[in-house]
Amino acid sequence: MMVRRCVAIGVGLLWACSALAQPARGPAPAARQQWSFTGALGHFDLAAVQRGYAVFAGSCASCHSLSQLHFSDFEGMGLQTAEVVALAASWQVPDGLDAEGRLRHRAARPDDALPSPYAGPEAAMVANQGVVPPDLSRILQVYPGGPDRLYGLLVGYGPQPVRQIGRGFSNPYAIGHFTAMPPPLHGNEVKYADGTVPDVQAEARDVTTFLAWVSAPHLDQRRRLGVGAGLYLCFLAVLFAILNRRIWSDVRK
Amino acid sequence: MAGKPVCHNGQGAEPATQDQLSAWAKAYGRLPLPADLNWLWTIGAVLCAILALMLLTGLTLTLVYTPDAGLAFGSVESIERRMPAGWLLRAMHMTGASFFMLALYVHLLRGLYYRSYLPPRRAVWLSGCALLVMVMVTAFAGYVLPWGQMSYWGADVAGKAVGALPLAGGWLEGVFLGGDSPGTPTLHRMFALHFGLAFLIVGVVLGHIAHVHARGSSSPSARPTAATGVLPFHPYFTVRDMLAIVLVALAFVGVLCFWPELIVEPANYRPANPLHTPADIEPEWYFLPFYGMMQAVPFKLGGLLLSGGAVAVLFAVPWLDRATDAAHSAPVVVRMGAMGLLVCSAVAVACAGLHHMQGVWMLVARLGMVGYYAYFLLYLPFAGRVWRRGRA
Repeated sequence: MMVRRCVAIGVGLLWACSALAQPARGPAPAARQQWSFTGALGHFDLAAVQRGYAVFAGSCASCHSLSQLHFSDFEGMGLQTAEVVALAASWQVPDGLDAEGRLRHRAARPDDALPSPYAGPEAAMVANQGVVPPDLSRILQVYPGGPDRLYGLLVGYGPQPVRQIGRGFSNPYAIGHFTAMPPPLHGNEVKYADGTVPDVQAEARDVTTFLAWVSAPHLDQRRRLGVGAGLYLCFLAVLFAILNRRIWSDVRK
Repeated sequence: MAGKPVCHNGQGAEPATQDQLSAWAKAYGRLPLPADLNWLWTIGAVLCAILALMLLTGLTLTLVYTPDAGLAFGSVESIERRMPAGWLLRAMHMTGASFFMLALYVHLLRGLYYRSYLPPRRAVWLSGCALLVMVMVTAFAGYVLPWGQMSYWGADVAGKAVGALPLAGGWLEGVFLGGDSPGTPTLHRMFALHFGLAFLIVGVVLGHIAHVHARGSSSPSARPTAATGVLPFHPYFTVRDMLAIVLVALAFVGVLCFWPELIVEPANYRPANPLHTPADIEPEWYFLPFYGMMQAVPFKLGGLLLSGGAVAVLFAVPWLDRATDAAHSAPVVVRMGAMGLLVCSAVAVACAGLHHMQGVWMLVARLGMVGYYAYFLLYLPFAGRVWRRGRA
């Protein structure tokens, strides 16, 4: 099973590489955007992360998995336990086989992992013209170019995108300027509670913020700890420097 | 303490060991050290502090980690995402590895520059070299454990390098990988090696320190302690060590919390995929000089011997340097120049190791390798001889 899965992933990647890397053009440099979480002291705009989750669930989740996440991890984007239970219940996860050997499903619970949209890599390849959509659990950690390029990719399709046989869709921010991903966002996938118009740009911003949070969920805590521990150590260093000076003051140079 | 009368009333077993312990602690506290030691002599204490941190965080991470090809990546993800403070423990363990190797290199260069390897401290130098090898093996084994792309392909490259050894190479590769390619048996081996060596390192470190205490510390001027004067270890050097540890901890927090990209390899956040070779397989920064040397030679065995020899030559240093005592040494300018050559050579080979070995980089790597070996095989033997003759 494991070997077959690896073979399938490998073949898919090889196909993707050969199909997409033929014109060996690097991606266009993406325009710099303002992000709440970049910079040494940035922090996630959790409202944007939550809106981004809605975009992910409505658009991305039909092809992409977030296999390393459990529903309980969503508490980290500012949800209460009851809200996480309700959110999990809106997903269906596989639940073994019934008496006739058919796959059963049940509503997810907070300690379940997010289900993959496909039964396996083979199914993913068949459904996506031979390319396995990548898992998004660490996408911003492994994706060269960071959030700017991901945002550029999401909004960078032409006005009338068409699939070219063997190459995919034209997009200047993809490697070789072609991507196998059909335009994922069209606007109006979600309804924003605050009345913001859900156009492609706003959705792309939110889902990029969400994926950045998924890739580094403890970034805020990490930076907060850095400030606290840094200040404490500076104070301690001053004390030790004074002590060092006093102790060494009686030594003749 | 020695002069006080002691009453032996038959209940002495417990207090005697306590007395022994406190006497031992006092002896270490009173250890006379040369008064002219500089700040480079604090790195040993920094290394001890990082080693303690690595042991504590490592033992905690062991509770969740699963050494299995199908589960290892997911277990590391669950450490980062779901174990309480798991992200912090793992970040400290990762940052600690880089800081430990950096401090170890500084410690090594300090010993080399001030010639701490000369008698009577040969055994201290040799145990230090043994520690370097053990730490390198431990660091490599630890890097395989998360089972990301770089872990897998790093193990693959290392396995093939071991396989290039004559005679026992194929057998050793089988022992190392536990199969034809890296997999669950490799992870079991690496986990056992990583875990076991950590404690062996602690044992050798204790021996290393005990030996320094028995033989006395080296000093920057290398003059006898009668000329430099001595100061007790506590409080003069303990306070300095503490200040150094706090300053290093400050840099540690900076890297861990604000600039983790300095030490984190993004490719290792992709799960290992045996069917997809990354475009660039590169080791952690601290192995780059040796990796560069391995690649700069067109045939495998030669590369392996030269990169292994770069570590092995350190063991021979006390015999390569022909000077009889540290006081007869070359002028500071010459020593600084030679040390600069060594460091620049190692950095040049490391930079070449980051790139595809072609054209200019191949030349840089080979020149760097020549510079590296020249320090040990030309400068050390001849500088000692020249200046000894000059003095005589």
